[in-house]
Amino acid sequence: MRSERAPLWLKAAAAAGLLFLHVPILIIFAYAFTTEDKTYQWPPPGFTLQWFGVTWNRPDVWQALGLSVRVAAISTLIALVLGTLAAAAMARARFFGREVISLLVILPIALPGIITGISLRSAFNLGGIAFSTWTIVLGHATFCIVVVYNNAVARFRRTSASLVEASMDLGANGFQTFRHVTLPNIATALLAGGMLAFALSFDEVIVTTFTAGQQQTLPIWMLEELVRPRQRPVTNVVAMVVVLVTFLPILGAYYLTRGTDTVAGQGK
Amino acid sequence: MPAAVTFRNVSRHFGAVRAVDDVTVEIAEGEFFAMLGPSGSGKTTCLRLVAGFEQPTAGEIAVFGQNMAGVPPYRRPVNTVFQDYALFPHLNVRDNVAYGLMIAGRGRAERHRAAEAALELVQLPGYGDRKPGQLSGGQRQRVALARALVLEPRVLLLDEPLGALDLKLREQMQEELKALQRKLGITFVFVTHDQGEALSMADRVAVFNQGRIAQVGAPSDVYDRPATPFVADFVGSSNVLPPEVTGRLAGRRLPASLRPELVRILPPGAAGSLATARVISTQFHGAVTRVHLSMDGLDLAALLPRGARVPEEGAAVGLSWDPDDLHLMDGT
Amino acid sequence: MSTPGLSAETEASRASRRGGEGLGARLSDLLWRRPALLLALLLGPPLLWLGVVYLGSLFALLAQSFFSIDEFTGQIRREFTLKTYGELLTPANLDIIRRTVQTAALVTVTAAVIAFPIAYYAARYARGRWKAVFYLGVMLPLWSSYLVKVYSWKLILAKEGILNWAFGKLGLTWALEAYLSLPGVGGNSLSTSPTGTFLVFVYVWLPFMILPIQASLERVPASMLEASGDLGARPAQTFRHVILPLAFPGVIAGSIFTFSLTLGDYIIPQIIGTSARFIGQAVYQHQGTAGNIPLAAAFAVVPIAIMGLYLWWAKRRGAFDAL
Repeated sequence: MRSERAPLWLKAAAAAGLLFLHVPILIIFAYAFTTEDKTYQWPPPGFTLQWFGVTWNRPDVWQALGLSVRVAAISTLIALVLGTLAAAAMARARFFGREVISLLVILPIALPGIITGISLRSAFNLGGIAFSTWTIVLGHATFCIVVVYNNAVARFRRTSASLVEASMDLGANGFQTFRHVTLPNIATALLAGGMLAFALSFDEVIVTTFTAGQQQTLPIWMLEELVRPRQRPVTNVVAMVVVLVTFLPILGAYYLTRGTDTVAGQGK
Repeated sequence: MPAAVTFRNVSRHFGAVRAVDDVTVEIAEGEFFAMLGPSGSGKTTCLRLVAGFEQPTAGEIAVFGQNMAGVPPYRRPVNTVFQDYALFPHLNVRDNVAYGLMIAGRGRAERHRAAEAALELVQLPGYGDRKPGQLSGGQRQRVALARALVLEPRVLLLDEPLGALDLKLREQMQEELKALQRKLGITFVFVTHDQGEALSMADRVAVFNQGRIAQVGAPSDVYDRPATPFVADFVGSSNVLPPEVTGRLAGRRLPASLRPELVRILPPGAAGSLATARVISTQFHGAVTRVHLSMDGLDLAALLPRGARVPEEGAAVGLSWDPDDLHLMDGT
Repeated sequence: MSTPGLSAETEASRASRRGGEGLGARLSDLLWRRPALLLALLLGPPLLWLGVVYLGSLFALLAQSFFSIDEFTGQIRREFTLKTYGELLTPANLDIIRRTVQTAALVTVTAAVIAFPIAYYAARYARGRWKAVFYLGVMLPLWSSYLVKVYSWKLILAKEGILNWAFGKLGLTWALEAYLSLPGVGGNSLSTSPTGTFLVFVYVWLPFMILPIQASLERVPASMLEASGDLGARPAQTFRHVILPLAFPGVIAGSIFTFSLTLGDYIIPQIIGTSARFIGQAVYQHQGTAGNIPLAAAFAVVPIAIMGLYLWWAKRRGAFDAL
């Protein structure tokens, strides 16, 4: 492209849009330090670090966090296995019904979350299944599959099919080829997909309200606070920490998948 | 001693498309065998059938007499140099070359020694620590070659290995490949769409057309005595004369091939002139000049060597040739 | 026949070792000979999971929508009836559907308008470091916690919050109050007005609109824009006749997200807005406190049907290539 300059109005509109996206999140950070604990007063009358200590000593927050991490970890693991399998099948063969399968994988995030939620809830009802960590995992893994799948499919597509043939040609059987060629080439995509799946599960609330029963994940804990604010300062601190914690996997996924085109374009 | 590679009535169909259609051919041990044809003629599919990446729809492929049906690629005594080289991007050059040995369970020291030796063989000593992404096209091609050769295959399959290289490098690699094949004495099966490459390198050439082998023979055979009009035209862009014209000129109603470089251009009405034609256009190619002619509505080409007198466009000329050079084709 | 550097070994022993002899190697042989088996093994687990867990539940839901609730006992009658769907047609319920679809449409259009300059700048002008800034600048809000984002707007829109404060500082409180007194959009405060609900929806779903538009714009080669300019088009004409049509599939792809997400959301209108309900809230309340699962199921079918129609239309416009 020629070195041309963007019109001023476009720059301004793009900048305003980005600000619109980020300022609200930054405002949370300010509230985490406010001395005001009854209202959402702005500007904060004063700043303090005391709420961090208070939050640290709250067992309910820790419990909710623990459940969220456990659910996210198990869901991510299941999604990694199922998403990779589906992606590998789609990458290696042309077969009847491919479109149906890709639709099926995408459906859980294409349809509103409430539908997944109430579907699972009514299925648990009909099947007489009691709520547990596993009922939450069942829902989360279902919509996490697509995240892993999308990352893996994209990488498979950019990885030359002849790499697998070359490996077999050099004497490696199917499992050796997977271990020594396929896996190293899709590893970063899987890691990125896994991180995103973790972030997605860690943050999910809409489906979870239907599948958790009386259990509290961190988002459910927050939802309760949003509907009936009782612990505003603690909520502020938790909100800020959640933002910071979810940024890590996103940045990680970005750095893992960045610049893969040059690697995958190898040999073309 | 059985042939290195045997195709017995091999077909490979993709749905209604007959990519390979009833191919029968034997490739002898130690031979440099070229499969030549336009894209989509089935030559690459034939190579992939030998490597085991495709399965024949019908027929049988044997390597050193052993039927390859049901034998996966990793159990076949052949190795392949891929058109896109297929170097593993996550491994450095040394580990790429040593990959097959690693899979075979050889020790690290032995692997590295063998890899370095193979790299020397392809004239890339000391390149082991680089990543494939840091190499030029020609260097990648050599690494791919070393990676296949390090396993001492009895048959090496090469799928358009020089296709991605520029002209100068390609000519250099042609010589090197030929020398390497002589030195190692193993069978090379070489797929190419470049007739010059096939003629200059191969001991024998199989010319593919629409999934079938149109002709197999030594390069000079194929060039001098094409079996079909397709071969005549594809290999060296010969003039193909229809049966009627041949009947008038040589007395037998068969299609005939007349190499452009064997057509002589004479002044109109000169003695020994066998036919008359009109000059349509002339093209200067450096070493030769190509003259497009129309002989009673039939397009012909003639190549004039440097220094020969080039006729004017539109001029009437006489044509002559050695009667032996008019090659009648009784193939189909 | 000797490649230098290799140990001498008989042909037979070398050939037999190729590919290995263990259980894995034999299994690999079997799968190589039967590619259909391999495909089945790869596809089986994910299909089983999605088929049983997801589709199974979806059908359980669908089945329930054809049941009805006994008005006297409050029990679910497991007989086929269309009565529950009939209940959707009461004025109150139609009002819920109309409000939800209307908001979803408005949110989608607004998000597209705000998203376009960002996506356009990122695709066309941002290079190197700025490209990364734009990418992360959209990805981070997209992936940061949904609830935290909603919460931040509760802080912003609160009566004592930053927006009211800003209006006060600018001496514009009268304008805000005049706006809030308007019927249909206003309310007691911004955080209890339909405007508040709308703002939060736009904010939360905006990144889902930016990314597909950017993806479709990235595919417009610069040479095509130069060609248009070359043929005498003014920038505005190039934009209207070249860029916009090419970006349109991206807009549709983005709108699938914004539309679907708005249709199904029950948390945002519950926290920010009036007491007027959205489809999501209706579903949630019918299955929860009211215990009327059939009606909740029938309500849930509405967004499915709307999205089904929308996806069918979008597919015809080629929107899925930009996903």
